[in-house]
Amino acid sequence: MTDSGIGEEDPPDSESTFRQGQLVLEIPARTEFVSLVRVVVAAAAEIEPDMDSDRIDDLRVAVSEATTNAIEAHGLSGSLDRIRIQCNLADDEISVVVHDEGVGFDPEELPELPDPASPERLEYESGLGVHLMRMLADESEVSSTDEGTDVKLVVYSSKRRREGRLR
Amino acid sequence: MWSDTVTSVQIVVHTHAEGDWTVLTVAGDLDVVGAPDLRQFVMTAVREGKHRLIVDLTGVDFVDSFGLGVIIGSLKRTRLLDGDMMLVVPEPRIRRVFELCDLDRVFTLHHTLADAVEVGP
Repeated sequence: MTDSGIGEEDPPDSESTFRQGQLVLEIPARTEFVSLVRVVVAAAAEIEPDMDSDRIDDLRVAVSEATTNAIEAHGLSGSLDRIRIQCNLADDEISVVVHDEGVGFDPEELPELPDPASPERLEYESGLGVHLMRMLADESEVSSTDEGTDVKLVVYSSKRRREGRLR
Repeated sequence: MWSDTVTSVQIVVHTHAEGDWTVLTVAGDLDVVGAPDLRQFVMTAVREGKHRLIVDLTGVDFVDSFGLGVIIGSLKRTRLLDGDMMLVVPEPRIRRVFELCDLDRVFTLHHTLADAVEVGP
């Protein structure tokens, strides 16, 4: 018996949701589960033929950051609840929502990093996670209150990105 | 010439000398679980007086902000002791993570260990 929960969302809200594919993971707030989340989300993304490996690599890093932040938030609040990762698969995008019930945070209050050429840059060993999520995902949104945080990440297929640039 | 291989829970680190440099060849995932292990390997090397380090990430499959943080901290530790640190990062997907955080301006990212030894920091 494992303490992770992996399964299809049930019941599907509609036929279109079912066709798109929706996957939900619930994990204990333990860092050992972060690699499992990466593996499952990447494997789900590989099902979509238009999602190429570069985009799946971006998704792996962004989801890893969001899941690690969620686990840390539960650690800070002492919450024993599970962390929920919902993955919605479509032809040209993957969206992932990582939900935690830990202490919230304001992403706008994160410190601005000094210029890389500055010696002060070496004082910032943390604080890169939100920056990476924003850079790697085509859409990112953080909704945070005192009762928890939802991080939504959307990664487009390379084909959709190319088409977007042509418009 | 000496060499040593140590396996932690998440990563494997092989250490050997290359001229004046100590090379840490890392395999595994540098995330919230694996990155703290790398920090311990670096701190051990620094305590043993090895302040000129090459961290070879050729065998690393994954790096996130935890991995980057440990690598930044490792560079800081070596420079505080008048040493230095270089990185070998041949995989484009790993280089991309460094580049997105402008860390290619902090470190020289070499493609091979031979390049690092020949060209230097």
